[in-house]
Amino acid sequence: MELFGIFFSALLINNILLIRFLALCSFFGVSTKIDTAVGMSFAVVFVMTISSAVSWIIYHFILSPFHLEFLRTASFILTIAALVQLEELYLRKMIPALYRAMGIYLPLITTNCAILAVAFLAIDYRFGFLSAMVYSLGVSIGYSLAIVLFAYVRERLALAPIPKWFQGYPIAFITAALMSLAFLGFTGMFGL
Amino acid sequence: MSLWRDFNAGIAIENPVLRLMIGLCPVLAVSNNAINALGMSCAVAFVLICSNMVVAMIRKLVPDEVRIPIFIIVISTFVTIIDYVMNAYFPALYQALGVFVPLIVVNCIILGRAEAFAYRQPVLNSILDGVGMSLGFTLALVSIGVVRELLGVGAIFGLQLFEPTLAAIIMILPPGAFLTIGCLMAALNKLENKVL
Repeated sequence: MELFGIFFSALLINNILLIRFLALCSFFGVSTKIDTAVGMSFAVVFVMTISSAVSWIIYHFILSPFHLEFLRTASFILTIAALVQLEELYLRKMIPALYRAMGIYLPLITTNCAILAVAFLAIDYRFGFLSAMVYSLGVSIGYSLAIVLFAYVRERLALAPIPKWFQGYPIAFITAALMSLAFLGFTGMFGL
Repeated sequence: MSLWRDFNAGIAIENPVLRLMIGLCPVLAVSNNAINALGMSCAVAFVLICSNMVVAMIRKLVPDEVRIPIFIIVISTFVTIIDYVMNAYFPALYQALGVFVPLIVVNCIILGRAEAFAYRQPVLNSILDGVGMSLGFTLALVSIGVVRELLGVGAIFGLQLFEPTLAAIIMILPPGAFLTIGCLMAALNKLENKVL
């Protein structure tokens, strides 16, 4: 039941893009087409789950016992950068179809702040291993949900008559504001 | 002359937030009041100026192939310093900024300037570029913070100007951030068209 709450809180109530404001560069960068949004979503779900598992293990079994907590920023970012490289190699060798689907988005993920943020938040919230996994899964699916919905809206926006000053990014921000307003409606669900 | 140009570029022409659209996450997340916005700007300015300086100093020693990991180590050192300093001396601000302080390490502005500018230019130019970029970032962040705080709770820098009951609470909630930056960009577009 607790895991259920963690999952839905990460998915809807604290949606990583629209409520917590993380990973906005990719939110506006790759959401102009549905295909790219879907590709990015797969890459994020894949990398976020693995990297939060690895960083949880590093923090609790290496940094914490030796009182090296001050190294967490440096060690997490290097771990994630290395992991992304390894995952890219592994996918290219073992699952070429999946590699083709998310190929160019994998390297971009190193600078996606949501990945690092989830690693930090799982430690700040003092989650156990299982909760941390459920949390990162919820966050990454929430990311996919928001970015794919947003891509659908933006494909329509490209054809809509928009005042001249608002064309391009300004109207994208206004759209995001309306979506964020809708997600605020989930506040208070599941008694959280 | 070129020093002045390096300093000036970040403030208006290449304003990182409103022009280049980088480093957006902290801008939207911590701009719900002007004081948080200013605190975040100071932290980013410290990291950006110091990392630009160090990267410019070591640029001749760094092999091209491993430059990105080395930049990241330099940046994360300064982020760890500011993280611990803020936690010790400004605990309330640190609480308000939360996870966004350690996340300065993945802020695209800092890595972007190290790669695009400091790696290729002398130390003094790099420091000035860092100062200019930080001022541009501060300007964007604080102006969004002021608008949101004024419309959301009727105050500026904590100074109450009108009754909070007249204010629209939505402006300090997440949607208000998207709304403010969208309108600010549209206004800039309009302004620029008039000037040119």
